[in-house]
Amino acid sequence: MSIRVIEDLCNGCTLCVKSCPQAAITMENKLAIIDLDLCNYCSSCVSACRFRAIAIEIEKQAADNLGAYKDVWVFGEQFRGKIAPVVYELIGAGRQLADDRKSQLAVVVLGDNLENAAKELAGYPVDKVYLYEAPELANYDGERYSRVLSDLVRRHKPEIMLAGATTQGRSFMSQVAVRVYTGLTADCTGLAIGDEDGLLYQTRPAYGGNVMATILCPYTRPQMATVRHKVFPMSPVRSNGSKAEVIRLNPKPQLFSSRSEILDFIEQCEATVNIVEADVIVSGGRGIQDPANFAVIEELAKTLGGAVGASRAAVDAGWIPYCHQVGQTGKTVCPKLYIACGISGAVQHQAGMSSSDTIIAINKDPDAPIFQIANFGFVGDCLEIVPMVTKKIKAMRGEK
Amino acid sequence: MKIAVCIKQVPATTEVKFDPETNALIREGVESQINPFDLYALEEAVRVKERLAEQGEEAKVTIVCMGPPQAEEALREAVSLGGDDAVLLSDRAFKGADTWATSYALARALVKLEPDLIFCGMQAIDGDTGQVGPGIAVHLDYAQAAYVAKIESLEKKKIVVKRLVENGYEVCSVRLPAVLTVVKEINEPRTPSLRGKMNAKKAEIPVWKAEDIDAPADKLGFDGSPTQVVKVFSPPHREGGEKHTGEPPELADKLTGLLKELEIV
Repeated sequence: MSIRVIEDLCNGCTLCVKSCPQAAITMENKLAIIDLDLCNYCSSCVSACRFRAIAIEIEKQAADNLGAYKDVWVFGEQFRGKIAPVVYELIGAGRQLADDRKSQLAVVVLGDNLENAAKELAGYPVDKVYLYEAPELANYDGERYSRVLSDLVRRHKPEIMLAGATTQGRSFMSQVAVRVYTGLTADCTGLAIGDEDGLLYQTRPAYGGNVMATILCPYTRPQMATVRHKVFPMSPVRSNGSKAEVIRLNPKPQLFSSRSEILDFIEQCEATVNIVEADVIVSGGRGIQDPANFAVIEELAKTLGGAVGASRAAVDAGWIPYCHQVGQTGKTVCPKLYIACGISGAVQHQAGMSSSDTIIAINKDPDAPIFQIANFGFVGDCLEIVPMVTKKIKAMRGEK
Repeated sequence: MKIAVCIKQVPATTEVKFDPETNALIREGVESQINPFDLYALEEAVRVKERLAEQGEEAKVTIVCMGPPQAEEALREAVSLGGDDAVLLSDRAFKGADTWATSYALARALVKLEPDLIFCGMQAIDGDTGQVGPGIAVHLDYAQAAYVAKIESLEKKKIVVKRLVENGYEVCSVRLPAVLTVVKEINEPRTPSLRGKMNAKKAEIPVWKAEDIDAPADKLGFDGSPTQVVKVFSPPHREGGEKHTGEPPELADKLTGLLKELEIV
């Protein structure tokens, strides 16, 4: 990293002085002077300066410093104090990696009022729970969060950093990786430590799932990866009832500057489970024929405790909101069971669901491509079959 | 207002296969296209420009693409869809770039254009990472919003967007200059107009090399990339299983039995 003040542009306004968490900037003769021994290149001043008078250059990491990085960190994504389910999957994966590296596993949570979250996380097989609490961090803000986490990474030097491949994790981790000049592998479905080199072997699908690639980040740290939902099983809690150490980190409010502000939150898809987190997905396509018929899909999904998915055709026809779309231009899911109803199974749809554990397809067309990947195929009209199945299950349970 | 759109030329990814014998991707005969998500980004940029024009404010949409020389086709197509002009970043020095080095090179080019607003697709369908847009924002020190599903309002110094998050939408106000990455829900892209096609034919598309964007070689392409692909292989093949036929009640019986067997119910 290098940072400098562009003298012609600086007018001595002191905004940067106030923004610096390290107190590394002083004003001399109306010109900002940065003490490079104190500066940790958080870039708060760069964003604070209204005159673009401070330039920061991200420099490559020193290659001889890799040994200073230890431990595996999991980013503890939370929403209103509730930890995202994928975090518990990451703890399971991270535990294995930390054991293989003979290092420690920590979960890092950014937010506010995290008491309950911390208590819960401490019951899992992690060595440390880092809490970074401040009212400004209650809601996710990419700029603020990435500045805070980059600062933590520079100071604590984790060797590996995992986050869920959620909308938040995918965009937030990209910002951290750029700030610290390290590699980030998105949407991993496999993680392993190399026997000889001790590096993190990160495997992920590309080209719509047609190709798998294994990726290394050999010369920079941390080795960062976002991991898809449902790839790793949830970690069990500690068997002996012991608790991990909870460590509260001192917030640095100067890092909280941000140029965006959340005005409102609109909850959607609340009637059903978030499809990427669901164990069972019942999905409808063109064969549903009419938006009203989606009730049939919803009913079965509800009965199975699952979520409702849809093909692009159903979404484009306006039958169901986009957040339900599975496939190349929608979401990628890997539930235990995927039931495709009236979905022909174009390759674009398959790209989003072909890694499901079990696939059941119901389609009138015996030649529909979905049958080529379905473990169990049912040739018939889903609008007839699905309601019967729902009814039978309810009858079995003695429900109406 | 200056608006920039970053696009990527991608292969029709569903046709790309891996050949285990030669250990290489089979891309032969696979056509190239503009990354579908980038078409939504471009459309939104053009719509913003049109809306500003109605208010009597001028705006210009510049399309930027990094890629091999033939990516010029993608830029011409983008001009036909409403872009004003286009820049191609093409140099051997850019080859082998991962998302870090790609976002760096694009940011170095964008600095020269000084856009107030930058649009990107939420991800490209070949790499599927979604990292380049947010990366550009950090390199440029611009504000950013990812997964934008709607622009609520645009003022001189700020934009209000509705963005897709895990369990719904978030409405947020973002100060300009900013980078937005957009989802498919945001609009329905137009088809090229006759005038657009003429513009595309005439368009002069400059090619910028590493020296044109003042980028040091060690931050570009393979050398500037922290990640390395060490192995490429085919995913496990999935075989279709048994296919049941019969009358609906009979099939419903079988399916219910199957769900029981799978311990779903």
